[in-house]
Amino acid sequence: MINHSLKHLAGMLAGKEISSVELTQEYLNRIARFNPEINAYITVDPELSLAQARAADQRLANGDAGPLTGIPIAQKDIFCAKGWKTTCGSKMLETFIAPYDAGVIERFNAAGAVSLGKTNMDEFAMGSSNETSYYGKVQNPWDRTRVPGGSSGGSAAAVAARLCAAATGTDTGGSIRQPASLCGLSGLKPTYGLASRYGMIAFASSLDQAGPMAHSCEDMALMMNVMTGFDERDSTSLQREKEDYTRDLGKPLAGLRVGLPKEYFAEGLDTGVAKVVEAAVEEYRKLGAEIVEVSLPNTMLSIPVYYVLAPAEASSNLSRYDGVRFGHRAAEYDDLMDMYCKSRAEGFGAEVKRRILIGTYVLSAGYYDAYYLKAQQIRRLIAEDFARAFEQCDLILGPTAPSTAFKAGEKADDPVSMYLQDIYTIAVNLAGLPGMSIPAGFATVADGTALPVGLQVIGNYFDEARMLNAGHAYQQVTDWHTRMPEGIA
Amino acid sequence: MSLNTNDVKRIAHLARLAVSEEEAEATLVKLSGILGLIEEMQAVDTTGIAPMSHSQDVTQRLREDKVTESNQRELLQSIAPAVENGLYLVPQVIE
Amino acid sequence: MSTWEVVIGLETHAQLNTKSKIFSGSSIAFGAEPNTQANVVDIALPGVLPVLNKEAVQCAIRFGLAVNAEIASRSVFARKNYFYPDLPKGYQISQYELPVVGKGALTIQVGDSEKTINITRAHLEEDAGKSVHGASPGQSGIDLNRAGTPLLEIVTEPDMRSAAEAVAYARKLHELVQWINICDGNMQEGSFRCDVNVSVRRKGDEKLGTRREIKNLNSFRFMQQAIEYETRWQIETLEDGGKIEQATVLFNPDTGETRAMRSKEEANDYRYFPDPDLLPVAISAEDIDAIRVTLPELPSAMKVRFEREYGLSAYDAAALTASRGIADYFTAALVAFGGEAKLVANWVMGNVSAKLNEESREIADAPVSPELLAGLLKRIADNTVSSKIAKDVFEAMWSGEGDADAIIERKGLKQVTDTGAIEAIVDEVLAANAAMVAEFRAGKDKAFNALVGQAMKASKGKANPAQVNEILKRKLAG
Repeated sequence: MINHSLKHLAGMLAGKEISSVELTQEYLNRIARFNPEINAYITVDPELSLAQARAADQRLANGDAGPLTGIPIAQKDIFCAKGWKTTCGSKMLETFIAPYDAGVIERFNAAGAVSLGKTNMDEFAMGSSNETSYYGKVQNPWDRTRVPGGSSGGSAAAVAARLCAAATGTDTGGSIRQPASLCGLSGLKPTYGLASRYGMIAFASSLDQAGPMAHSCEDMALMMNVMTGFDERDSTSLQREKEDYTRDLGKPLAGLRVGLPKEYFAEGLDTGVAKVVEAAVEEYRKLGAEIVEVSLPNTMLSIPVYYVLAPAEASSNLSRYDGVRFGHRAAEYDDLMDMYCKSRAEGFGAEVKRRILIGTYVLSAGYYDAYYLKAQQIRRLIAEDFARAFEQCDLILGPTAPSTAFKAGEKADDPVSMYLQDIYTIAVNLAGLPGMSIPAGFATVADGTALPVGLQVIGNYFDEARMLNAGHAYQQVTDWHTRMPEGIA
Repeated sequence: MSLNTNDVKRIAHLARLAVSEEEAEATLVKLSGILGLIEEMQAVDTTGIAPMSHSQDVTQRLREDKVTESNQRELLQSIAPAVENGLYLVPQVIE
Repeated sequence: MSTWEVVIGLETHAQLNTKSKIFSGSSIAFGAEPNTQANVVDIALPGVLPVLNKEAVQCAIRFGLAVNAEIASRSVFARKNYFYPDLPKGYQISQYELPVVGKGALTIQVGDSEKTINITRAHLEEDAGKSVHGASPGQSGIDLNRAGTPLLEIVTEPDMRSAAEAVAYARKLHELVQWINICDGNMQEGSFRCDVNVSVRRKGDEKLGTRREIKNLNSFRFMQQAIEYETRWQIETLEDGGKIEQATVLFNPDTGETRAMRSKEEANDYRYFPDPDLLPVAISAEDIDAIRVTLPELPSAMKVRFEREYGLSAYDAAALTASRGIADYFTAALVAFGGEAKLVANWVMGNVSAKLNEESREIADAPVSPELLAGLLKRIADNTVSSKIAKDVFEAMWSGEGDADAIIERKGLKQVTDTGAIEAIVDEVLAANAAMVAEFRAGKDKAFNALVGQAMKASKGKANPAQVNEILKRKLAG
């Protein structure tokens, strides 16, 4: 059961082979068993989940079911869900019961999906290892001593450990794709503006985008059909016709032009990862794709640009956490200023504070032009790199992350080396393009552990259906996406 | 651009984050590393390049001027740290 | 003192006449219970986002057109970052580099001369909430009903050189925003608030002095007092060898003094940057034209028309277009009357204005409607009543005693124009005032006026004065 595709599960639900309550209970049992160690979920509320499952069973009985009705999924704890504790991985929101639903949550509710709970994440989505969460580290199901990646590390671990059928994530600089890569699953960050940001707690508004995390591209296409779409409450939400992301699945890849950016295969890429990615490229050649070399010359600049823009936006987005209307307020303080400074110092963790400080600094008087404006100018250069590359190819392939999952604590004290984890993913967010990671094999690291490696697929704007088909075609001829870690059976 | 602990304290104050002397020292080391990374941008000539704020070239959609909200004070204040008579309470504001 | 020159610029916040907030669907109605008009967006819950109110943009465009300003085809919202309990997001959404309205101008009348005040820009922004003091000891209460109310901030160049000019500009602007129906102008409720930047310099100096900003003036009288006090204070400080520090000051109406605010925002580092939650606002030439046709005739154009069409003096035309209310009243009275505009103008600017002032009423609330006034003017024009009697009729109409004809009829105020009757009165007066007649005949012209007065008195004011004059002249000559 826990290895079935969403389509298969939907068929079982429709055929009354199983009820949503039974399916939900199965996952709740697994969560009760494995989550105390893996720590993929911050909040689980069986009563809320089972109530949703009962409602889904009713819809199934009424013949009013959609493709995800009754399917138990996990929601990243960045989405406000009415009545659910919504922490964003922070002590700041330890007591925050969301009084409203995010746009994405509304869509899943309307589709009749069951929420199993809220998944762990780096605090305010700032991190690449899930170690910045106030609610503890998350174990990588493939090696419990290693990180699952981040910031959607809880969702990635939950999918990998079969603690949900699929999950939502958000991606500001790689937060869906990097943990998908490190945990051996599929993750897609859509074109900026396709999924509503309303109710999705903001990190860097111009980069944040929600997307699915699942085992296969087919599962992701079904998730995309539910979670994307125009939301009038989000000014950056795009008004486009509703797409069916499953429409291209099964189309042959013959003639597909695949670009390999030479900068993605240069120094800094782990050799084990490089081998896996090259083998995957070879698989695409066999599927009929035409491989071309492209160049994204400003790739290295994406890190400095990102670490100006994202902290700048974040420093402002996080100013609302002031202990006045919701969230943490210090127990003791002398006056208003003291209340602000203490509440925020206590409520935020070290990495969040660092980014607030960086963001405050780069926006402060006298530095705006040198940092923020300059970063926005280079952001355009980076987007133009992609535009030129897409004149030569339909999709870009490369590694998702420079290495496999690292040991917990290994980079925790070195922000700069942590930031370099995002070298291949950040530029996609800066350009607003869709990017995806799919399992492409395993690399054996020094201690002899075989760890998952992700292949990144970058598409042009609104080319998600083509990307999903390219991933699906690969998943028809490989079985990496069906592999299951040991010890979770 | 090199920072000192006074800069860290000034920025922290602007961001309303309490920092102790030791924290300021430790933060200084990390921030300097990050700023070093950021400095790489300065090598790029960006003369004449329009800054990019949004990835799509779209313009702001405008909302019809309609009142769509009703009073939700009870719900919204149920998660507030301190309220009295419908007001959010804070330490005295001095003008 | 005479060697000093004061330099004044204004920043005015006009609350826009919308139904809902600038970025949310909450009501902006005044006076609701605290925090009952503050939804998830207004209290800045995690995850909420702003969506711009179309009407607010249209109000800004209306204003731009009314001051003949450039309207930006592309304008941008920015975040102004600072912490304050009444600012829920920790930043105010405002406009910085690309406001909706660019350079424009407004012409004011100071005494007999006109002066053009240049407008630097006008931008849209959201209002903050309110701090309520004394909720509990040592505590302030925060009411966010006002948070997110749409404001147009109108900024002038430092073009004004006296408190009188500043007040004239503020009054003119106050009338204009109401005239074009973008703001209700209610200063008590804070719908129209002025911040005044004041600096002084030696006459002939090019360089501006250091300015202090007087915040949140909500009456023209206070504005006048505050600027006068501030100007004196700055000059005295400089003459005593002191220095002016840039500061934000508050005016205390009880003491008539200004004082620097205690909560000095450290060097005001607002860290402006374009709000990533909002996209650039595009305004096309068609959008602007569509709004242009809905604009009423502006006071400046109406003034010129009154002079040209009705032959009114510049002074009268200016007075009659000082507010939309007066202009509408005048126009309605003139249409209903159908006679000479000058007579209508005199009555509107004279008796009607005097009564309104006396009773501190707005012209819209005048008990004598334009139609009622026109009814009276008709009776003056056709000689049914004299101007003097007309004033009594007007008073009666003001007290709600009915229309002019009814009052004239009931009180028997109809002018006596019967020559025989007037002759009889004149004869009586001549007989009873032989001494005056003698004086007149001895060459004292004044005695004639006294005789007219006696005749009018004898007729209880009802005799037609022209006829009395004529008959008296004839009889004295005879």
